[in-house]
Amino acid sequence: MKIIIVGCGKVGTSLAERLSGEDHDLVMVDLNAKKVNDVSNRFDAMGIIGNGASFNIQQEAGVDDADLFIAVTGEDELNLLCCLMAKKSGRCQTIARVRNPLYSKEIRFIQEQLGISMIINPELTAAREILKLLKFPSAIKIDTFAKGRVELLRFRAKPEIGFGKKSVMELIAKLKIDVLICAVERDGTVVIPNGSFIIEDNDILSIVGSLENTAQFFEKIGIRSKRVRNSLIVGGGTIAHYLAQSLLKIGFRVRIIEQKPERCEYLSEVVPGADIINGDGSNRELLLEEGLASADSFVALTNMDEENIFLTLYAKKNSNAKLITKVNRISFDDVIESFDIGSVIYPKYLTADYILQYVRARQNSIGSSVETLYKLLDGRAEALEFSIREPSAVTGVPLMDLNLKDNLLICCINRKGTILTPRGQNKIQVGDTVIIVTTNEGLRDIRDILKE
Amino acid sequence: MNYSMIFYIISWILNVEAALMVPSCIVALLYKETEGFAFLASIVLCLLFGLPRSRKAPPNKVFYTREGFVTVALSWVCMSIMGALPFVFSGAIPNLVDALFETVSGFTTTGASILPAVEGLPRCVLFWRSFTHWIGGMGVLVFLLCLLPLTGGGYHMNLMKAESPGPSVSKLVPKVRSTAKILYGIYIVLSVAELILLLAGRMPVFDAVCTTFGTAGTGGFGIKNDSIGGYSVYLQAVTTIFMILFGVNFNVFFFLSIRKPKAAFECEEARWYLGIIAASTLTITFFIRDLYPSLLLAFHHAAFQVGSIITTTGFATADFNLWPQVPRTILVLLMFIGACAGSTGGGIKVSRILLMIRSVSRELHQFIHPHSVNKVTLEGRTVEQATLHSVHVFFITYALIFSVSVLIIGFDGFDLTTNFTAVAATLNNIGPGLELVGPTQNFALFSPLSKLVLIFNMLAGRLEIFPLLLLFVKGTWKKF
Repeated sequence: MKIIIVGCGKVGTSLAERLSGEDHDLVMVDLNAKKVNDVSNRFDAMGIIGNGASFNIQQEAGVDDADLFIAVTGEDELNLLCCLMAKKSGRCQTIARVRNPLYSKEIRFIQEQLGISMIINPELTAAREILKLLKFPSAIKIDTFAKGRVELLRFRAKPEIGFGKKSVMELIAKLKIDVLICAVERDGTVVIPNGSFIIEDNDILSIVGSLENTAQFFEKIGIRSKRVRNSLIVGGGTIAHYLAQSLLKIGFRVRIIEQKPERCEYLSEVVPGADIINGDGSNRELLLEEGLASADSFVALTNMDEENIFLTLYAKKNSNAKLITKVNRISFDDVIESFDIGSVIYPKYLTADYILQYVRARQNSIGSSVETLYKLLDGRAEALEFSIREPSAVTGVPLMDLNLKDNLLICCINRKGTILTPRGQNKIQVGDTVIIVTTNEGLRDIRDILKE
Repeated sequence: MNYSMIFYIISWILNVEAALMVPSCIVALLYKETEGFAFLASIVLCLLFGLPRSRKAPPNKVFYTREGFVTVALSWVCMSIMGALPFVFSGAIPNLVDALFETVSGFTTTGASILPAVEGLPRCVLFWRSFTHWIGGMGVLVFLLCLLPLTGGGYHMNLMKAESPGPSVSKLVPKVRSTAKILYGIYIVLSVAELILLLAGRMPVFDAVCTTFGTAGTGGFGIKNDSIGGYSVYLQAVTTIFMILFGVNFNVFFFLSIRKPKAAFECEEARWYLGIIAASTLTITFFIRDLYPSLLLAFHHAAFQVGSIITTTGFATADFNLWPQVPRTILVLLMFIGACAGSTGGGIKVSRILLMIRSVSRELHQFIHPHSVNKVTLEGRTVEQATLHSVHVFFITYALIFSVSVLIIGFDGFDLTTNFTAVAATLNNIGPGLELVGPTQNFALFSPLSKLVLIFNMLAGRLEIFPLLLLFVKGTWKKF
């Protein structure tokens, strides 16, 4: 596909990196020449210096034959204008980033009336992601498939749950729950395990299963069965605003620590149910005074990445809370991962993620039968959802008789809404959607799962 | 430095070169020449060096600007050495330095020869000489980019940057690979067009093919002792037009091909380039009008020589060494201007000259109004300071290399005009100079050391100096 991206900031760059990896034709537009040159050289894209809302610049970028137009500059109004212009001068789909909470209530109206295909709000997306994690505190990361019926959860097998030195088969037999361990991370490498794979303590496991089964699974293994009921948030930015609103709705107690008095006043107006504390979140006394030791969850959302990391490290030491850290810069994710500070949220990355899913879905309506594609574990593995539209070599054959590629696992079959965890005798039928986890890249069709 | 990746690409270059020698073998077969075995032997040698390392891509594909420049420079050196083998094996040019000179001259599209007479050479060798022009004109790595998904991401750009002529590389379409394919597409279409027109003028097929190669790459190796002089006026005119066309920025052809004639005609560089050609041709016509029976013929020869020199092709229909001083001077100056950026021609490039002149006028303006703010523009866009800076540094380096080269070959004891134009003709990838290296002469008279200097100049000129110089900088090879 030919994709025009306006705005070469963090989101734009992150998008370019991942879209160029998937072989799309990219045109990057930004006013800042250095940024444009940098991105277009790094990711083999065409760079155009100028205002993305200008008709001439859009013409130069080739909006006439572009398939998708993405506006992710820092300004909402510019993004909307870019998309409007692109819609008028070309026949492409448009995606705009709109982050102002004021507009976020009117999103549907804007989207429909301006004819924009997708509006993405990074802060709202991040808040939703945090909400998911707070509802499911044992997981480091959660992805959903099959319109939310299937979950892929990532968690660390801490020594106290006693997974160490057991094989995958033993574990599943012992727990008697229909979930599948689909990936194991150890020392930075990803393994797609088979039944005889031996799990070690502190491996990071990814499991796939239906909503109920994954919930049961966590209950059975007995980690953090206590539900999270309250949340201590440091930093009262837009994410905190969205997060507090939705947490209050599901009956959480929310406490926000924010440094600026004016912001505190604003927050106390828009989220009246929350405790708004005016003070320095990096003050240890204040944190303890506001009940850090007994908090169920601790969310660090200040604007400074370093501060957030310090805060969660401190909270880890002084409480049993579920920890969530917001990090803006993506470059050092592997280092941050090694700190073991629970879930790390990268709002820019999430934004890119959402847009990517949209792009892939569009792509699929053109060629392959991939319904959704998630890059897991830093892109070292992929989870793909295929819809089976026609009979082929993989349908109607018991799974154990299929000659599958190495490092590939059929995790889940969704048959008209019922979720099957596949066993050897199950067969894939036409009309199913199938979820595959693999470290092989570039699967385009369900038939690609077989060995050549 | 990612050595394994560099070796991998160079191995592929050698494989490609082996493939590119096959047509010469076919020519040998057609004309039943035993020299074909020289090519077979060279192919085997190329594959011997190329195949073992090219079979598997190295796991670490990281590729920065430094690797890109070094790869390009080393590829050209390796390619030239292997390309010289057929000349040595076939006995056409037994001396290794001479053979290297001839090959480098071919690949860099210079067209300077050390052969006093070419007509006696076997056809397959003549074909190879001309074919090297065609290969070198667009660049081998660009060709490789079309064929192979060598590396991922933006790494391609680092190769393209190092091999494409001009102050800055512009992509035609988002992907470097697609850009490379389009460029080769334009190149092939133009070449075929010329071939057809030459054949229509009843040029023998072999001559037409070789002349096309020489024109397309703006090279200039002829297959006759008198270059293009012996052909009919029609054939010479066709060659003139195509020489000038191949010196135009290929962006223009791209815009024409996607039916955006407005964008094509607005290309500032191409307009200046054509303007310079017109002005020089008319001036020269005026000065040589008495040397030829008709004004039209004088114009014809003036246009041919101007086109040949400014595009750095180096074909000749007349011995311009015998022309009056003004035309001679104009031609020498044209040598330095060169063709457009993004074409197959060499020289400093019209766009660089424009940028330098505009920098100077900006500087002068600054003296009159010390607080004024004004930017240099080209093609209707503001040129970044970094680009200007690199243009200036390029020119300084160019002048330095030029001076040192003139000094070194000065020790051979020839006159200044010879030495000066010999360096100009090689550094700008033209071919013939004046006096002892004039269009009817050759470069055989120089000592081996001078020939090596000129070889360096040709490579430096084709790769726009920096990739080659980088090979001699210590920091390039250091790990940290």
